[in-house]
Amino acid sequence: MPQPIRLKDHEKDGRLIRKRAVVGAVLVLLLTSVLLTRLYYLQVVQFEHHTTLAENNRIHVQPIPPNRGLIYDRNGVIIADNRPSFSLTLTRERAGDWTQVLDVIVEVLELGPDERVLFERRVRQGRRPFEPVPVLFELSEEQIARVAVNQFRLPGVEVAAQLVRHYPLGEHFAHSVGYVGRINEKELKTLDPVSYSGTHHIGKTGIERFYEDELHGEVGYEEVETNARGRVLRVLKRTDPTPGKDIVLSLDIRLQEAAEAALAGRRGAIVAIQPQTGEVLAMVSQPSFDPNPFVTGIGFKAYADLRDSIDRPLYNRVLRGLYPPGSTIKPMVAVSGLDSGVVTAQTRVFDPGYYQLPNLQHKYRNWNRSGDGWVDMDLAISRSNDTYFYSLAHKMGIDRLHDYMSRFGLGQRVSLDMFEETAGLMPSRDWKRARYRQAWYPGETLILGIGQGYMQTTPLQLAQATTLMATRGKWIRPHLAKSIQGRVPVDPNPLPDIVLRDPKFWDNGRHGMEQVMHGPRGTARKVGDAALYRIAGKSGTAQVVAIKQGEKYDRSKVAERHRDHALFVAFAPVDNPQIAVSVMVENGESGSGVAAPVVKQVIDAWLLDENGQLKAEYAPPVAAEVSAP
Amino acid sequence: MSNSFDRNLSTDDLLRRRASLLQRLHIDGILLLLLLTLATGSLFILYSASGKNIEMLIKQASSFGIGLVGMFIIAQLEPRFMARWVPLAYVGGVALLVVVDVMGHNAMGATRWINIPGVIRFQPSEFMKIIMPATIAWYLSSRSLPPRLKHICISLAMIIVPFVLIMLQPDLGTSLLIIASGGFVLFIAGLQWRWVIGAVAAVVPIAIGMWLFVMREYQKQRVLTFLNPESDPLGSGWNIIQSKAAIGSGGVLGKGWLQGTQSHLDFLPESHTDFIIAVLAEEFGLVGVCLLLLVYMLLIARGLVITVQAQTLFGKLLAGALTMTFFVYVFVNIGMVSGLLPVVGVPLPFISYGGTSLITLLAGFGILMSIHTHRKWMTQV
Repeated sequence: MPQPIRLKDHEKDGRLIRKRAVVGAVLVLLLTSVLLTRLYYLQVVQFEHHTTLAENNRIHVQPIPPNRGLIYDRNGVIIADNRPSFSLTLTRERAGDWTQVLDVIVEVLELGPDERVLFERRVRQGRRPFEPVPVLFELSEEQIARVAVNQFRLPGVEVAAQLVRHYPLGEHFAHSVGYVGRINEKELKTLDPVSYSGTHHIGKTGIERFYEDELHGEVGYEEVETNARGRVLRVLKRTDPTPGKDIVLSLDIRLQEAAEAALAGRRGAIVAIQPQTGEVLAMVSQPSFDPNPFVTGIGFKAYADLRDSIDRPLYNRVLRGLYPPGSTIKPMVAVSGLDSGVVTAQTRVFDPGYYQLPNLQHKYRNWNRSGDGWVDMDLAISRSNDTYFYSLAHKMGIDRLHDYMSRFGLGQRVSLDMFEETAGLMPSRDWKRARYRQAWYPGETLILGIGQGYMQTTPLQLAQATTLMATRGKWIRPHLAKSIQGRVPVDPNPLPDIVLRDPKFWDNGRHGMEQVMHGPRGTARKVGDAALYRIAGKSGTAQVVAIKQGEKYDRSKVAERHRDHALFVAFAPVDNPQIAVSVMVENGESGSGVAAPVVKQVIDAWLLDENGQLKAEYAPPVAAEVSAP
Repeated sequence: MSNSFDRNLSTDDLLRRRASLLQRLHIDGILLLLLLTLATGSLFILYSASGKNIEMLIKQASSFGIGLVGMFIIAQLEPRFMARWVPLAYVGGVALLVVVDVMGHNAMGATRWINIPGVIRFQPSEFMKIIMPATIAWYLSSRSLPPRLKHICISLAMIIVPFVLIMLQPDLGTSLLIIASGGFVLFIAGLQWRWVIGAVAAVVPIAIGMWLFVMREYQKQRVLTFLNPESDPLGSGWNIIQSKAAIGSGGVLGKGWLQGTQSHLDFLPESHTDFIIAVLAEEFGLVGVCLLLLVYMLLIARGLVITVQAQTLFGKLLAGALTMTFFVYVFVNIGMVSGLLPVVGVPLPFISYGGTSLITLLAGFGILMSIHTHRKWMTQV
């Protein structure tokens, strides 16, 4: 019976338990000191580290994107504004498996696989961690509701309101103003990451691109306290963004529409410049396209349709279309001839229907096979006589011709503020040696005299060369921006005015152009006769396919798309030039037959009032005196 | 007997008499004072941790009131009376755990609650936290000390049944506390050191076994996260990184009451329950944590004194185990929040929000008071 005896041994049990209690107390003290050591380590040794961690946690700097500057036409009609728009954003870090979330979005909004691919591409373009990336723009009320109902299946997905660029006038200014689009990865590398930290769009083409810096504005900041889910609880500090500058363009919506109407559905390009100021009044490249889908991201198919269309609506014919100028440059060649002293206004050339270089068999044909007989400069311009200009070009030689034509802006970029303007080509000996490793042949000079051969010009260059005829050599680079936030843009690299030995030489060239419209044998006299004012103009034809020696251009044999482009340049009124225009009608064949009426319509739209009468301020001062007696 | 006290009233006698008033109510003044201190402090911390939620504060305060009443009632019970009912309570508790497990599995998830709507709603596992050490204490108190192998084995069997049931709920934290509370009885009872060392040595293979066969995916995740919290900073490691940042950024003096950024901006998960110590550490710094630990130490010291002074073996064993288990709460909670231990879901005694754990803890202290005050009653003769 040891147990009952043991049970009563309270002393022994008490000692045992007392010992264990002491051991327990020691254990408690030991482990407590472990805790204290740990807390000391965290709160004293690592204090700085954890303070930084905690601060980084709660303070976030959020960029506030600036409002993009607005774009107006010269009358204050809005061309590009910012519209509030609801977009669907996805924050990758909060979405978990974000590709799956995209699937849900597509399912919920009943979209197709095309959008799915587009969404994925957009999400991949996201830059900063925890940045909400817009995947779908311009949500409808119904779409917003659908997202709200399915929110539980869409972690990291939010409907965000933002200002999105909108072009209320659609395709009218797609080629001049251009459009903004989402910043792509390539642009991302070159952009200032700070300045663009809140911006999703950037100017891609046109004015939007050229004046990106002015239109964009300065980014603002908000120092915000956020909770762990990134929700903003409190704004600690705010630096307001500076909105982008508003730009007033020199373009005139009325003239633009009139010019488009004048093309009457044909493909082509029109540029109208106000000679005194260099302001571009109209800039048409037809067909055009609606820039709005590009802002939010155009779908694959829609883009492929535009890109692959045979009419090439995305192609900016004004700035990038290259055409041999044809006869349109004859007035400038004539003025150059006078100034270089190789001819006088009275110098005559006999035209048997062709021109031959001395000792050579090759016949350089006049367009009029039967020849125009004795031709002086005036007649040569108004009849567009090729033989005269072969002869003149030969007398001048390539070097002088290149030099003069370059001064008229050919072969170089002429505009002040147009994105991706092409320089074109005004060939020279050096150019040919570099390009073909060949010497210059005299025959090549001849055809340059009538604007053919290697020469490549844009409709804008032709308009500018014509403007120089109107201003008597006063160089102002053509520009689209009339003022930026009230300030007129300054040309950082002005071109020297063309100063002739005798200013009267201008009159000789201009008179020839006037005779084209109003002379008895002028090529465009039908158009000129109908005008209420005096026009100085010149037609031209840009060959699309070369014609072999001895072969005649036969329109019935040439496919529609291979027909010549019709060119016409003009300015009016002759005595007080208000507008200079160049027109290119693609495959229009006849400069004076097809392009000249277009030019007249454009000039009419600018010079005539609503009653079809010449506006008083444009009436030639001399004409008023003449009509008085 | 009171007449003999009345005869000569010295100052000493007066004090003794005043003490005897509490004595008669079976209240231990020191414990009560410390508990009230903790309760007051906890309301301040909870106000901050809950984001100034008054409703939560009132709930916690009323839980504390209910717990105090429960404590008073339990303190009135004689330890002998308790010992008599302990076996039945153990069987009942295990039965309830089985019921919870069955219901839980039917509900396709972890259920820890018995819920009879409108009548009562409680966690049997909480109840077991008290019953467990009491059962072992009851069993060993009628055996010779130190316990023999046979008694050790029977004790372990009694511990393992509720442990497994709670483990199945699944509730790793509570089940480990159950083992601890039962194990401490054996320890206090003078379990031979070779068994103690053997048990500690056995932890490693047991842990591996649990990892392979017992632990659920989310529990494994917690352990993995504990081993390397930075491996998944936005997922499972988030809690521990954020709580360390909260504690660390508190520094020596803290950011001040209601000034803690981590907790107020929702970076700290569970800031008003298991992770509340991080709020305290952030707002009151190392000094605040030391003060809290001091109060805990005093409570534990008093518990150990009660253990040593207890008259019956049952009282000694139970008081010692309850006191040591209380310390386990404190150590595991602060250890896990500060990143020393894996996150196992143990609340910080008296500070964490939650009525059930508050009431259980106060019941435990009621038992301590009962053990202490009823002893005096007997020896004063």
